[in-house]
Amino acid sequence: MGNFCEYLPSGCAISGIINKKGKRFNGERILESIAVMHERSNGLGGGFAAYGIYPEFKDHYALHVFYDSEKARTDTEQLLQERFHVDESGPVPTRPVRAITRPPLIWRYFVQVKPQQKEKQIFSVEADDYLVATVMEINEKIPGAFVVSSGKNMGVFKGVGYPEDIGEFYRIDEYQGYIWTAHGRFPTNTPGWWGGAHPFTLLDWSVVHNGEISSYGANKRFLEMFGYCCTLQTDTEVITYVFDFLVRKQGLPLELAVKVVAAPLWSEIELLDPEQKELLTTLRAVYGNLLLNGPFSIILATGREILALNDRIKLRPLTAAEKGDELYVASEEAAIRKICPHPDRVWMPDGGEPVIGRLQECIEKETTESAELA
Amino acid sequence: MALSLLTPMFKVERDEELCIQCKVCMRQCVNGVHWYDEEEDRMRCDHKKCVGCHRCVVLCPTGALTVKKYPLEFRENAHWTLDYIRSIYLQAETGGILLTGMGNDRPYPVYWDHMVLNASQVTNPSIDPLREPMELKTYLGRKPKAVEIKNGKLAEKLPPQLELDVPIMFSAMSFGSISLNAVKSLAQAARETGTFFNTGEGGLHRDLYEYGANTIVQVASGRFGVDPDYLKAGAGIEIKIGQGAKPGIGGHLPGEKVGPEVSATRMIPLGSDAISPAPHHDIYSIEDLRQLIFSLKEATNYEKPVGVKIAAVHNVAAIASGIARAGADFVAIDGFRGGTGAAPLRTRDNVGIPIEFALAAVDERLRREGIRNEVSIVVGGSIRNSADVVKAIALGADAVYIGTAALIALGCHLCQKCNTGKCNWGIATQDPYLVKRLNPEIGARRAANLIRAWAHEIKELLGGMGINAIESLRGNRLMLRGIGLNEKELSILGIKAAGE
Ligand code: SF4
Ligand code: SF4
Ligand code: SF4
Repeated sequence: MGNFCEYLPSGCAISGIINKKGKRFNGERILESIAVMHERSNGLGGGFAAYGIYPEFKDHYALHVFYDSEKARTDTEQLLQERFHVDESGPVPTRPVRAITRPPLIWRYFVQVKPQQKEKQIFSVEADDYLVATVMEINEKIPGAFVVSSGKNMGVFKGVGYPEDIGEFYRIDEYQGYIWTAHGRFPTNTPGWWGGAHPFTLLDWSVVHNGEISSYGANKRFLEMFGYCCTLQTDTEVITYVFDFLVRKQGLPLELAVKVVAAPLWSEIELLDPEQKELLTTLRAVYGNLLLNGPFSIILATGREILALNDRIKLRPLTAAEKGDELYVASEEAAIRKICPHPDRVWMPDGGEPVIGRLQECIEKETTESAELA
Repeated sequence: MALSLLTPMFKVERDEELCIQCKVCMRQCVNGVHWYDEEEDRMRCDHKKCVGCHRCVVLCPTGALTVKKYPLEFRENAHWTLDYIRSIYLQAETGGILLTGMGNDRPYPVYWDHMVLNASQVTNPSIDPLREPMELKTYLGRKPKAVEIKNGKLAEKLPPQLELDVPIMFSAMSFGSISLNAVKSLAQAARETGTFFNTGEGGLHRDLYEYGANTIVQVASGRFGVDPDYLKAGAGIEIKIGQGAKPGIGGHLPGEKVGPEVSATRMIPLGSDAISPAPHHDIYSIEDLRQLIFSLKEATNYEKPVGVKIAAVHNVAAIASGIARAGADFVAIDGFRGGTGAAPLRTRDNVGIPIEFALAAVDERLRREGIRNEVSIVVGGSIRNSADVVKAIALGADAVYIGTAALIALGCHLCQKCNTGKCNWGIATQDPYLVKRLNPEIGARRAANLIRAWAHEIKELLGGMGINAIESLRGNRLMLRGIGLNEKELSILGIKAAGE
């Protein structure tokens, strides 16, 4: 197990919107929002995650893949053909933008796990694991191939450039989604590599992140124990894996996963009622190595919700706002006001205090489920 | 007796101008170096007997004394150094095994001194521990594979843990090898600083039961002082398999040290030799160890974490993995520089491996097996300062044990004569006249001060790295860089070279 993960510090701009009714809206809005924070990026990376954009393939895994060469593409496609039903594939549509130079080949595939694999892997959890394993294999073993996103009914559009140019390049104004997140990057050091831009994803998870995780080495080594390989050169990847591990693998509710990554101080835990105290003590004692330590603000999205979170002592900016069915989160209030000049409510969440926006259908489903359980 | 060929190790110099012939030095030196020459009305000394413990130097009211290395030089010889020549004289005189106290003093590389730490600049603010929270709390014990949550509530309780306010504990030092006042000092200091002391294999003196909540009780091959009350008295239990200073061999507390108190505490007859066999005679395999672990858990209602202490030896990674799988809640590893009350010199100086390598190998092995998070690792045997603690945790330890450093805090001057029972500082002795010299209240204050001082320094170092909780340092080897290490050493330690 080598230390092949270089650690690249960066500072950035982030923004996210969810329509809690699941109503889809155009990518132009997120583009406008992130463009306000031009100063926070330096043109070395930008990107978007969009959910709800592929309703016609909503049960397929949508793979967005970067290739350095045709060989990488044929190798990858061979592997995909072997393991999945590839029901649709083709290059991701782009338009030429002056500021965007030397993009890789960008392809997308809509795949499903093959029936014979399904027999072996009956549950969808296992299909997910199978896909994750394949994604990791492609990223690690096929030179020049990199899977950008692999969730269902979602996709990531990212690259080297200012976010507004990246959005233009990917024609994101032609997509409709109910969750959008965006990122503008200001790396202090960069390989100028398209795969290194945010958002980073795994299955339905996507993360955009501003900050630097000093616990990176501890987080990474912990995750490696559970088969996660850090092939990327940013700690956003680690954040994504941390959430994937806690929520998907360990089965923690998102609200409790937050208490791991931005754990309350021991002195705060001390003041809680005995039951809460025991719960949070246990979480910290067991998952202490997954505490994200250092300044950060992140926006995490799944197909069901977005979560915005600061480090526990709030060393990076984060603002949230609500209007009607929409929840907005961004590094700066200006980025929200640009697209929603008169929100119903604007607030700055405390360090470690999550802002969660969930699709109403999911909330309703959960309430009925728990009612049934009770 | 025939003439001894040994020459003195130290030269005691007295400034006659300053000396007021108060005879303090004479009373303080239990080795009988100083004596008063009535005829000449002056103090004299027998250099040969001096062990270099500095007791007389520190206590002389006029500062008249100096102790130097004896200026006698053999003809220079890179192979036959002073120590080896002296050893031969000694063995030629006695025909016995050479015994010594304290840890391996040979000039092997100290890997702590070949690792440097990171600090944040610009992109990631360093944190000022005086203004911002900085957390050192550590839980030692078994962790579940996953925290089970049902309806937002904890479905299963966390197994028993040791809660440490600082990731530093006092390592096993038995009452017998050190004085009751020394043990009391450590017990009290552990309580004051929210950590633990360890009984060693000496049992728990009745005066120490009140410190139970801060006690790790040890079960060693001699089973001295072990009964149900003892097991229940502590917060955790440690099975001692090995010790860094003498891997593979047992212990021997000579009968003359077994006075009424030691005898009662160890539950052995007065004046009898207390011999700890080399192995546990009921542990000849890992399955046997598992049985002992579980019988101790059974005996204490599964309410206490049970750990296993081993010496750092060549195959330590596999052994530690076996121990973790056998059900131990923590593994304590003692490096080859670990101290001792008495050990054969050749064993102490030649058996075992550096703790830095042992720790790196164990941590990596447990990670590769995916079980590192389920068991805690404690390392000891050479931790000299707070930076060593930080490096140990960055390499992968949960906490450290300090023994020698704690004794130095109590006044030990590292004369390495613990085995003689004539510790002028009242530490490694049972002689009531000497034991009195260590006031347990003062000792406790000094030991607690040391822990507090190190805790402050650890916080400073963490803050510099931009980390505000110790768990973000644990196993965070990116915080370390190697200096002056070859490729192989770097790869065993799992760290990059400085500049990489
Ligand atoms: S007290 Fe210690 S240093 Fe002083 S003479 Fe005696 S042995 Fe030497
Ligand atoms: S203690 Fe100092 S002053 Fe007193 S007799 Fe010894 S050397 Fe002289
Ligand atoms: S404990 Fe006493 S005998 Fe042992 S090294 Fe320290 S001062 Fe010397």
